[in-house]
Formats: sequence, C-alpha cells, structure tokens
Amino acid sequence: MGMLYQVILRRVFIGVVTLFCVSAIIFAAVQMLPGDMAQQILGQSATPETLSALRHELGLDQSPLTRYLHWVYGSLHGDFGTSLSNGRPVAEMIGQRMVNTLFLASYTALIAVPLAVTLGLFAALYKDSLYDRFVNVISLAAVSLPEFFIGYILILMFSVTYSVFPSIADVPASASFFDRLYSAFLPVLTLTMVITAHMMRMTRVAVLDLLMLPYIEMAKLKGLSRFKIVIRHALPNAWAPIVNVVAVNLAYLITGVVVVEVVFVYPGLGQLMVDSVVKRDFMVVQACCCIFAVVYISINLLADIISISTNPRLLHRK
Amino acid sequence: MNILTVFKQMSWTARLGIILIALYAFMAVFGPYITPYSETQIVGGEYDPWSAQTWLGTDNLGRDMFSRLIFGARNTIGIALLSTFLAFVIGGVLGLVAATVGGWFEAVLSRIVDMLMSVPQLIGALLLLTIFGTSLLNLVFVIALVDSTRIYRLAKSVAMNVVVTDYMEAARVRGEGLVWLVMFELLPNVKAPLIAEFGLRFCFVFLTISSLSFLGLGLQPPMADWGSMVRENASLISFGDLTPLIPAAAIGVLAIAVNFVVDWFLAQRR
Repeated sequence: MGMLYQVILRRVFIGVVTLFCVSAIIFAAVQMLPGDMAQQILGQSATPETLSALRHELGLDQSPLTRYLHWVYGSLHGDFGTSLSNGRPVAEMIGQRMVNTLFLASYTALIAVPLAVTLGLFAALYKDSLYDRFVNVISLAAVSLPEFFIGYILILMFSVTYSVFPSIADVPASASFFDRLYSAFLPVLTLTMVITAHMMRMTRVAVLDLLMLPYIEMAKLKGLSRFKIVIRHALPNAWAPIVNVVAVNLAYLITGVVVVEVVFVYPGLGQLMVDSVVKRDFMVVQACCCIFAVVYISINLLADIISISTNPRLLHRK
Repeated sequence: MNILTVFKQMSWTARLGIILIALYAFMAVFGPYITPYSETQIVGGEYDPWSAQTWLGTDNLGRDMFSRLIFGARNTIGIALLSTFLAFVIGGVLGLVAATVGGWFEAVLSRIVDMLMSVPQLIGALLLLTIFGTSLLNLVFVIALVDSTRIYRLAKSVAMNVVVTDYMEAARVRGEGLVWLVMFELLPNVKAPLIAEFGLRFCFVFLTISSLSFLGLGLQPPMADWGSMVRENASLISFGDLTPLIPAAAIGVLAIAVNFVVDWFLAQRR
C-alpha cells in the first residue's frame, strides 16, 4: 500500500508542475501581444505620458518574471487582477459563473456517465447484433453533429413546438435547486447527447479489446455465457480503460460547455470567456484559460490515480 | 475500374459517405457558377420566407440564404482543409523528425507538446485568437498550431515503430541525410495511419472552426460561412422556423460523411 501512496504522490507532484508550466505558457502567450497591453487599451493615438502612466499602473515597467510571480501569487489568493473592459475585479466576475458552469458540468456527468457505460457495455456484449450496429451508426452521427445544432433542435422541439422546457437557461442567483435543475435541463441534455456518444463508443472498444485476450478465450471454452464473461471476467479489468474514457470525455465537456452556454444564454464561465475574447479583455481570458486548464489537468490526474488503484499492475510500469 | 470495385466492396455507410463528400466537393468547386445570387448581394427584405426567387428565404440582412449556403461550402471547407493541411505539415514533420533524430530534441519537443496539450483545444484557440485578433490568416494558423500537437503525438508514436527497423538502420549506415530518411524511408511506411488520421482531424478542425464561427470568432462577415449563418439567424428558431438549422445540418452531414468513410477505412485495416 505504501507503494501506491508513493506513486500517487508522484503523480500529484507532476500535475502541480504541469500546472505551473501551463500558467507560464499562458502568461508568456499574452506577453507576445503585438505592442503591449497599454498600447492595446489606449490605441494608436495615445500620448507617451498617458502610455507610461498606464504602463506603471498595470505594472508593465517591471520585469516579466516579477509580473509573472506577482500574477501567480495573486491568483493563488483568488485575485486575478482587474478587467480591462469594465475595471471590475476579475475574481468577482468569475465567482458565480464558475459555480454555474461546474453545476452544469456535474449535472451532465451524473446523467451521461452511467448511461454511456451501460450502453457501451451492452454494445460490446451483443457485438455485431442489430442493437450494436444501430447504436454504432447513431453514435457516429451524434459525434459528428456540432453542439449548437443539437442544442437548437432541442430548443425547437421542447420549447418552441411543445413548451415543456425553457430555451433560455438564465437562472437568477436566488433560484431554488429544483428550479435550477429544471431550467438547465436542455443544456444538460445537449451535452449529454454529445458526450454519451463519444463515451459509449470508447467504452465498447475498451471492452472489446479485452475480450480478445486469452483468459477470456479460456472462459469461453469453459462454456460460460457471454453475459457472465463480460460482467465477471472482463469488467474488473476494464475499469481502468473505462475510467480513462470517462476522463477524456469529461475533459471534452469543458469545450462543449463553451458553445452550449452561448446557445442557451447560460450565465457560465464559457460565455464570459467568449465575450471577453470579443472585447480582447486579456485579464479575463487569461484567468478563464487557467481555470479550464486546472479542471482539465485535475480530471486527468484523478483518472490516473483511479486507474492505478484499480489495477495494481500499473504500479510497476515505468 | 479499380476505384469502382473498391466502391462496390464498401459498406453502405461508406458508400453514402463518398457520395455526400463528392456532392460537397462539387458545391465548393462550382459554387459561384450555380448560385442564383452572389455571396453579399442584398436581394430582399430581412428574414423573407421561402419563395420561388429566394428558395430558402433571406437572412438577417436580406441576402439569399440558398446562395450563401453554397458559398459557405467553399469558405468553410476551404479554410478547414487549409488548417488541417498546415497542422499536418507542422505536426507531421516535427513528429517524424523527432522520432528519427531522437535524443534531447525529441525529449524537449515532447515535453513542450505535453504541456500544450493540457490546455483544452478550443480554450487554447480562444486564448490565441484574443492575442492575435480574429483575422482569417490568424484563424488558419491558430487552428493549425493548436491541432498540430495531436498530430505530432500520433506521427511520433507511429514512426517510433519504424525507426528501429533494419532498413532504416541500413539507410543510416549508408550515410543518408535526415531529409532522405524521413521522406523516402519513413514516410512511405507511416502513410496509411496518417491518412486515416487526416480524415478524423479534418472533421475535428471543421467542427472547431464552425464552433468558433458560431461564437463569432471564426470566419468574419461578410464571408458566407455555415457557423456564422446559424449565429446570425438563430432568432428565427424561436418562431419555429427551420431555416437557420440548414447550415448547421450542412456541417453535421459533412462530418458524418467523412466519419463513415474513415470508419470503413479503419475497419479494413484491422
């Protein structure tokens, strides 16, 4: 067991280092801006005096390393600087929106993960059956459809033709939990359809790959039923790949969230980020980018840890 | 004859895919000759309904939807193809060279790529577009750059199995240069998986660009483009009008068609 903790500790350490490198890359990318931030804000007609005053105010007269460290230190304390477009603290703009986005993502994950794993297992179980082929074609199609297409079709069906669910998922901060579940239902359904298709296909392949191994052949020769082979023999070994599949798709969810939030006018981080890109508000984009990267890296880290702990053989891998 | 026999052996999904792709290619190449109006010509009022003159009605500025839909094929597919191609040149060349050279070059490059890959693709593209601005040229480069990390990974891992073969060793001992090694020894032997990947990456790039355009950050007006056409006319949907969904469907159908063909291609090789 001690060995397991060591491996996990090492993974967490690598994760933290990656995070620092990514934040440095993001920070460096913003510095590559043609001209500098003060020039961008004031435009070409600015006088040298106002330029240097703003440079001083933004701390641009300090060395990049000092600014980077200052920024990291601030971010760790929840201070992401002030927005360039409206002068409000970035942390204040992000706060509630981050909660909303996490709510949307976890709501989706709770529905999509069990659904996809079950569907994928059955598709592997009844490989080449009519069900398998049907699900395969449908999911291949669903993978290819843009999120906004699915979103608008659902709006057309559930809020225009039959007014069952609202098309605008704008929840006031005071809304009760059930109101939130209700008004976020269509965005969640959209995301669920997109990632379930991905996840299901990958689960199916992961289980099918296992079914080709010799010990499964042995179980087959013993005369076990296909159901028993999959549930008792394949599944315990399939957890690690399935967890990875789930992680990949939850990470994919981050990208999907951006588009879906715009379609449903959902007050989340993705929408804020898109608005800020249009306004070229670097401080907000930089902060959002880091938050998305943190979530992405954490999900992958968690998946790594779960697969290591369900499969002791991974402990000895280099 | 050969192509016909292959076509006959395909699964029905792959055959459907090929036919659809050919149709899109036709629209993209001959677009300007078959549309009744030009890309930016204003032909009627705002949001006119479907009629004999404007088959799919007009958009938010009174431009013909049908003409813009066909022009969109050229713009959207063209930009996506260009970006994918560029991504393959950057990622593919770096990946193959890294596998051939090995050593610190490969180690450093792979670590950098790992770092870049821990930022989700769309988010990375959004960051870069904020910095460089949303011009067409920037869009192509940003998408290519962000996508090339995935291609680097694949090209390197496929090439790793080839660089250890005897014929590569023989060529090296013969004193061939890096360019020869990569172009004539390595590339012919890693072509097949890279071609299949090209199809998949094209789909991905195409969907990413459409999403960016939908968000207002991809192809810029007045260029006709499917993603931005959905965005510009989305308000019609709340009146139960299907028209804005047609460009969205055009995106989806092409992606499905390519996926069907790639799926068949991959199943062939198993």
